[in-house]
Amino acid sequence: MKVAKTGNEAMAEAMRQINPDVVAAYPITPATEIVMIFSQFVADGLVDTEYLAAESEHSAMSACIGSSEAGARVMTSTSSQGLALMYEMLYVASGLRLPIIVAEVNRALSSPINIHGDHSDTMGARDSGWIQIFSENSQEAYDNLIQAVCIAEKARLPVMVSTDGFIISHCMEVIDMISDGEVKKFVGEYKPERYLLDIKRPYSCGALDLQDYYFEHKRQEAEAMINSKNIILGVAAEFEKSFGRKYGFFEEYRLSDADVAIVCLGSTAGTTKFVVDKMRQHGIKVGLLKPRIYRPFPYAEIAKVLSKVKSIAVLDRSDTFSSYAGPLFTEITSCLYTAGVNVKAVNYIYGLGGRDIGIENIEYVFKELLKISEGKYAANIVNYLGVRE
Amino acid sequence: MKDIIEVRWHGRGGQGAKTAALLFAEAALSTGKYVQGFPEYGPERMGAPVQSFNRLSDKPITLHCGITSPDFVVVLDPTLINTVNVVSGLPETGAVIINTEKSAAEMCQKLNFKGRIFVIDASKIAMECFGKLIPNTPMMGALVKVTHFLEIDAVLEDTRKKLNKKFAHKPEVIDGNIKSIKRAYEEVKDE
Repeated sequence: MKVAKTGNEAMAEAMRQINPDVVAAYPITPATEIVMIFSQFVADGLVDTEYLAAESEHSAMSACIGSSEAGARVMTSTSSQGLALMYEMLYVASGLRLPIIVAEVNRALSSPINIHGDHSDTMGARDSGWIQIFSENSQEAYDNLIQAVCIAEKARLPVMVSTDGFIISHCMEVIDMISDGEVKKFVGEYKPERYLLDIKRPYSCGALDLQDYYFEHKRQEAEAMINSKNIILGVAAEFEKSFGRKYGFFEEYRLSDADVAIVCLGSTAGTTKFVVDKMRQHGIKVGLLKPRIYRPFPYAEIAKVLSKVKSIAVLDRSDTFSSYAGPLFTEITSCLYTAGVNVKAVNYIYGLGGRDIGIENIEYVFKELLKISEGKYAANIVNYLGVRE
Repeated sequence: MKDIIEVRWHGRGGQGAKTAALLFAEAALSTGKYVQGFPEYGPERMGAPVQSFNRLSDKPITLHCGITSPDFVVVLDPTLINTVNVVSGLPETGAVIINTEKSAAEMCQKLNFKGRIFVIDASKIAMECFGKLIPNTPMMGALVKVTHFLEIDAVLEDTRKKLNKKFAHKPEVIDGNIKSIKRAYEEVKDE
């Protein structure tokens, strides 16, 4: 059914339909509405969820971990400083292999204080052992959150699904909602392999693990992330079969015959699609690659689809402050190098703190790329787009 | 006609500029259009100038950047004209709709704008129809008329449905709002 929903409303509705056993959360802009709307669902008796209003995000994630280990299907929502405050517990969740789901709204990190959208928060958690899924719009946020439940429980890894703060979280747009019954059937019942409240099969969790076994456990965690790739594709195939919308590791938009391409995450990909269509009308062969799954990073698959273009610009909505490039750029170029793909690549860091990225910014990047692919000048590798300096 | 129609709402915090954009988006959806409705989030507070936005199209909208060059501007509070450049980025082919008791000719002198200027006394309509100085719903009626993009009957039907949910206990609010949209639709003028 087609309805008008903001990104936050779409995620809250997905949570209602998933009907998790436990939600423990602490509100933070711009994700506040997700748990606010969801707590209303709890109060109205529309879900069976035990809702725990924690005193901080650190406590919220701790409660999620305890509940998940006890055998519950668990979700929470956060943003920015909230995710940063969860940092310590994120590693515990993934290390214990708990299928916790976070509905994350991407927002800049302090300081200076800023409530608007950039990817600094989840990029800070990129090595925490969580599966990370970026969403272009409300529809994808909704669909990704539903798929995340199946992915997490099959892979036994936690998953965070993110949208761009305000740009998507507070933008009302048309989404196609699945019926409550169909979502219930799709996510199924959570049957953990083992759980602490199963008193007939007691076990210890979170035990001390020193030089003798820690490494083996971490190696297993790395293997779980590798194995999650097929799980992600399998869940996407099931989703497409049931509801008709196709998902994969990434979306290729008019990429197959493109001379130059932009690679970017989230809502900017939507604006880029508009520019691609516009420039294609003038016969300019431009394209887009929009990674959806950032963890696990689909190295080989990305290298393959980018192997035919002449040059690419990777757009990063966060900085590493490494004196080099943004996180997406370093990973994209790394996978191109190891795959032996020789494509000219430049990086544009943009949109920090919610700085708008408009049609003209994207057009500028494509025009620069066209010059680079013609060998007209040597561009800077790392550039800042839309900043005053 | 352009593929995507863009609208910018100017109001003061508390006047319902955000609600108007969201209601307008939902009404447009009910007529089968694709829509976006979003506010500008800054340090907004009661009485301060605020903006909100709409995009409407027959096709899915992928654009997610801000709106700097809208096709239509709606001004909920006429005093804003003295402090905010409400026609900023508005091309001469566009139109501005102002909630004012004054004439379009008088507004033309105040605004340095060569495109179409529409006026409607939405505050008076709001007071007469539902007794509150909240001009956002009547302004939606004026916008429907000026944009020629949506069917007024479908908009009225959808708005009634939305208000029914929210104000089930206050039927007079629902009828008053619907009446105000209809009146503004009929009374908005460019002279």
